[in-house]
Amino acid sequence: MSDTHAQTAAFVRDSMIQQQDPPVSQSGAVKWVRENLFSSWLNIILTLASLWFIWAALSHLLPWMLRGIWQADSLAQCRAIRDELYGPDVSAACWAVITERWNQLLFGFYPQDLYWRPVLAFVLFLVAIAPVLFQGLPKKMLGFSLLSPFVIFWLIWGGSIWGPVAIALGFVVGWAVTRYLTPVIGVLPGVIATILAPIVYWLLVAAPLAGLLQDILPLGITPVGSKDIGGFMLALVIGVSGIVLSLPLGILLALGRQSDMFLINKVSVTFIETIRGVPLIVWLFTASLLLNYFLPPGTNFDLMLRVIIMVTLFASAYIAEVVRGGLAALPKGQYEAAGALGLDYWNSMRLIILPQALKISIPGIVNTFIGLFKDTTLVMIIGMMDPLFLANAIRATTDWNGVYWELFVFIGLCFFVFCFSMGRYSLFLEKKLRREHR
Amino acid sequence: MKRTVTLGALAVAGLTAAGAAGAATLDDVKARGTLNCGVATGLPGFAAPDANGVWQGFDVALCRAVAAAVLGDPMAVEFVPTTGQTRFTALASGEIDMLARNTTWTFSRDVDLKFEFVGVNYYDGQGFMIPKALGVSSAKELDGATVCIQTGTTTELNLADFFRVNNLSYEPVPIETNAEAQQQYLAGACDVYTTDASGLAATRATFEAPGDHVILPEIISKEPLGPLVRHGDSEWGDVVRWTLNALVAAEEYGVTSANIGELSTTAGDNPEINRLLGTEGELGAMLGLDAAWAKNAIMAGGNYAEVFEKNIGENTPIGLSRGLNAQWTEGGLLYAPPFR
Repeated sequence: MSDTHAQTAAFVRDSMIQQQDPPVSQSGAVKWVRENLFSSWLNIILTLASLWFIWAALSHLLPWMLRGIWQADSLAQCRAIRDELYGPDVSAACWAVITERWNQLLFGFYPQDLYWRPVLAFVLFLVAIAPVLFQGLPKKMLGFSLLSPFVIFWLIWGGSIWGPVAIALGFVVGWAVTRYLTPVIGVLPGVIATILAPIVYWLLVAAPLAGLLQDILPLGITPVGSKDIGGFMLALVIGVSGIVLSLPLGILLALGRQSDMFLINKVSVTFIETIRGVPLIVWLFTASLLLNYFLPPGTNFDLMLRVIIMVTLFASAYIAEVVRGGLAALPKGQYEAAGALGLDYWNSMRLIILPQALKISIPGIVNTFIGLFKDTTLVMIIGMMDPLFLANAIRATTDWNGVYWELFVFIGLCFFVFCFSMGRYSLFLEKKLRREHR
Repeated sequence: MKRTVTLGALAVAGLTAAGAAGAATLDDVKARGTLNCGVATGLPGFAAPDANGVWQGFDVALCRAVAAAVLGDPMAVEFVPTTGQTRFTALASGEIDMLARNTTWTFSRDVDLKFEFVGVNYYDGQGFMIPKALGVSSAKELDGATVCIQTGTTTELNLADFFRVNNLSYEPVPIETNAEAQQQYLAGACDVYTTDASGLAATRATFEAPGDHVILPEIISKEPLGPLVRHGDSEWGDVVRWTLNALVAAEEYGVTSANIGELSTTAGDNPEINRLLGTEGELGAMLGLDAAWAKNAIMAGGNYAEVFEKNIGENTPIGLSRGLNAQWTEGGLLYAPPFR
């Protein structure tokens, strides 16, 4: 420090000024509000209008919801309780309908003493899906994931344990053919044999085998028919089966549509365009009504299975197009580089192309899944007991006739929880897989 | 479009094939041990599952009566909920053995769709409900009204006919379900709600202030609702028809679920009751059922009057009076042919 200015400057501060908070209008909530809500006259008007709208909606909705009556046997009783508590002209929700019919909304007409089975199946499903969704978990859990569909099927539908076992053996047959027969007979016959052998096994051997095993060692739990399954359980069974099955099928179709092989290409294109070009409702009607005429009389092809197949096919056509979008977004250099590395078609797809293409397609795929899950409510039209069907049926009893919004609010909330979680997971996955720009 | 036509043609081809093949339903039901009965997916008083999943209602009671007559067990029924769209194909394809889903007996359904209506279990008719505050006392004063109407039903056509004949104008508010109609009507989206009178009564009963709404006296259509079976299996049709007749006749002869045990043990003074309950004659064997068929059917839920009172009668929230559905001896239309 020189003393050049010691005489010219009248005052020199020799201590630092105390640090002060920024002005109120320039920090914290006030700043945010000023900048985002009241920055111009137009914004002020829009903000006030929005606030008024929110207040108008909530001031009607919240008291109605919060005053709700949770314990009553019928709508009339609900109204009597409300009159007693709040007086006759006050609106109050009658949540009692959900309390009373809770089990029915969740499980449909599933036998009440067996509720533990679908609950256990749901827990097992969560355990099975966890290692697929989150990479941090031990890889050994994937073995259980492969096994879980059969366990879950057995828990929900019950019956002899040997049925699911016999069906599972079909996959073992397919695996064995690939493993041991393909090296002997060559690749193309090997692929054909891998597809045909399990089908032949399922059609001809599986049923007698299951019967035989049941005779030798009768093991089973009370069977429950598909017609008893309803409510959110039905929505989940159809939705989850559709989601799990349609992804691989959709990827295969997308690859098929890109293929140079004439037959595979045309079959894929025809399939996708036909399925996509017709509304889901029509396919559901086909599943429930038309198939009855085609199948030989007396065949009892489970309606739920038919619906799952239709929903799967429908969703897979959409998935195929979404994945095709991902494939098209990859630069051609990726394909050529994979070829240059000497990888064959399946390996290049598995190691290079699909991981990138699927990552690009995540939002689209999850979008399709969310749509599929919500579309499960359409099965109401063919008389299956999805939550909306049960809402109708509950409303049709003399006790609850006249209850309207409560059921819709509840069902809507449940669907929101499921769909919102799927959307959040997709965001999580996208963030985790973001490789380029970080 | 072309596809729709093809599908339609296939459906028609299937219908005729199934119609020809679907004989001997009675044997099928006996072999299966359960009756597959098509009911509504939910209609207050007529068909709805209770909290335990057990179906209850006026139409349901008929299914139970048939099951009791054929199998001896009123609970041996597999209820298949059918919608307005699926009900006829479900019956034609053999998925259900009979349909008891408040279906109006019309010419084209009977003849063209190849079904057989075996009787009428409820005589209904289309009516109008309006708020009392409108001060209207007759449907003829409804000129210019907005009307809530379920689309795709016969009520829609009846409404158009009625207003045209009386030279009135109206504005339809199309709605899909009865529950939706209740909301629209209460919210004031329409001045008038029109549907079957039984439905109007059930709807009005759910209102907070039923007294503020009136059902106008005009009934503008005939809606005979009844059970139906497939064409081409008259034996099965006879079983369902005479089960319904047995319930009606039981009321006429004073046979109730309370006194039936006593009446059916020994032959009494009234030969008609004796033949009905199988203590005399061979009526059951003629139907291919055992002698106690009608007794079982009546014991399932009581005679017609008991079923009516339990599900939709004046002491229920639905509160329908017998009206046209009284016995012929009391000025109604119920008239069971003689059991002879």
